[in-house]
Amino acid sequence: MIEARDVSVSIGGKRIVQNVDFEMRPGELAAIVGPNGSGKTTFLRALAGDLPHSGSITMNGCGISQMKPWESAALRAVLPQQTALSFPFTVREIVKLGMLNGRSGVLAGETERLPDRALARVDLDGFAGRFYQELSGGEQQRVQLARVLCQVWAPVLEGAPRYLFLDEPVSSLDIKHQLIIMNIARDFARRGGCVVAILHDLNLTAMYADRIHVMHHGRLAAAGSPQEVLSDDLIARVFECKLKVGVLPAANIPFVLPQSAGI
Amino acid sequence: MVDRSADGALVMAARRNPDGDRSGRARLAILLLCLLLAATVLISLAYGASDASATAVLSDWLFQAPGDALSARDRLIVYDIRLPRVVLGVLIGAALAVSGAVMQGLFRNPLADPGLVGVSSGASLGAVSVIVLGATSLAPFTAMLGIYALPVAAFGGGLAVTLVLYRVSTRRGQTSVATMLLAGIALGAMAMAFTGLLVFMADDRQLRDLTFWQLGSLAGATWGKIATAGPIIMASLAAAPFLARGLNALALGEASASHLGIPVQRFKYVAIVAVSASVGASVAVSGGIGFVGIVVPHLLRLVIGPDNRYLLPASALLGASLLLLADAVSRTIVAPAELPIGIVTAAVGAPFFLWILLRKRGLIDL
Repeated sequence: MIEARDVSVSIGGKRIVQNVDFEMRPGELAAIVGPNGSGKTTFLRALAGDLPHSGSITMNGCGISQMKPWESAALRAVLPQQTALSFPFTVREIVKLGMLNGRSGVLAGETERLPDRALARVDLDGFAGRFYQELSGGEQQRVQLARVLCQVWAPVLEGAPRYLFLDEPVSSLDIKHQLIIMNIARDFARRGGCVVAILHDLNLTAMYADRIHVMHHGRLAAAGSPQEVLSDDLIARVFECKLKVGVLPAANIPFVLPQSAGI
Repeated sequence: MVDRSADGALVMAARRNPDGDRSGRARLAILLLCLLLAATVLISLAYGASDASATAVLSDWLFQAPGDALSARDRLIVYDIRLPRVVLGVLIGAALAVSGAVMQGLFRNPLADPGLVGVSSGASLGAVSVIVLGATSLAPFTAMLGIYALPVAAFGGGLAVTLVLYRVSTRRGQTSVATMLLAGIALGAMAMAFTGLLVFMADDRQLRDLTFWQLGSLAGATWGKIATAGPIIMASLAAAPFLARGLNALALGEASASHLGIPVQRFKYVAIVAVSASVGASVAVSGGIGFVGIVVPHLLRLVIGPDNRYLLPASALLGASLLLLADAVSRTIVAPAELPIGIVTAAVGAPFFLWILLRKRGLIDL
């Protein structure tokens, strides 16, 4: 379980995140949504232990500021928005970096095959020998996800739930791979782990999230189930757009929702 | 983003390794590099202005042949002139190449090199201070440290430059290539200015020492110099394998390295101290020998990939071999005189550096 109490973060004297309370339980997929610059990534970085913050954040009951890097690494993995490399690593070499601290949670005999399984999981079978720098943005993002999955392959290790922090995991993916990645995240949560994902697509969020946290000007504007949170009123206030929830477009305009996917 | 450096060599490398695992090839390369080093050591021992031959040396050494296998004079040449020079060449070649590889990993860019970004200039300033001021204003320092005063001062100079450089060029865990190179130029120029001031103050005897020392040379290698610099270099080289995992993780950026469990802040300081120590010790005994640190890791990355677990030992071996070869060239090309080895490495290394720049021109946001 992750508990954040009264968390504030300042960068360069400017307060980016203010007095956020946040709670997530094992088995949940929590989404953070909000307009650009509302402090979503900064808050996620505070949860990941990257930024000094006021207030308290605990992971499985331990204050994250007191944890050593390798102790945190055994409990949570973080997918950044994008990762550029300056050296010619192969895809396999990158994915294997996820196994650096040796707490993947697979049986000893399966360690060698884990990178291939992780790549197959993100639909990159056969990409192990390719150079990371030669891949498209979406492919690179999925390679990084495979690496992150390797780090916490077992959602529960030695009785303790583990966490995936995903910063815009589907931002540069086509619709098929958006669904694949979100299914991976939901599966991780269903098997006892816990996922926090920053998302922009409200339909995808409504489909997959157990809880939605809406950020606005660095504060938590709303939190709850999709049914509780997604209202015309909130969207107008936070996103400054007059949108109606659940209204179909005019009959001659096609629309495609992820909910209609048969996978 | 497509890396244009993925040219023929790289693409071929990929085809031969469809599963992307280059560790087997890296181990083979390390084995071959061991053989190469053994061969260059033998050549360097056997080859020189005097005619003491390798076979005579080997038979003397292996069979302890009594009598006339090796004359007393030849024995002296081999054991007190050639051998210390070879040992020093191996140590310094390995130290420079490994420092280059570690700095490149730390700064996350293939152009970082102790010589290019002012670390060697800082180390030179430290060393020149001791040479010129050792008997006067720095007398307490030299009296306290004895023969270690020179390498310790060089280490201090190199460390100061590296720390400032890192502070200036790294923001939020990302190093800007342009800022790093420019800051390196500025810091190097500053160190050179102070070095120039000291040279200006030096007397004639000190001047001659300084000139030869600054050009970089393995000439004048003695067991005494090895005793001074050797332990520092060997300690840094021994630390290198423990840096490999962290450097690999750092390739993803500082935040991701920390998420993977690397104590990034502490790791960076250990790496910076190790680099400064080995560069300082090398500069103290052999002056500024440039470009080894950039050429060797770059060549090896083309063949075995950027995994530091293999890159660091391979760099040590290839750096040592190449420096011995460069030394052989510098001893023979204008025989019986001797060219400072720094001239040889710069003559080969500088065009190589330009070649890397040309290939990476589109990639690096200078």
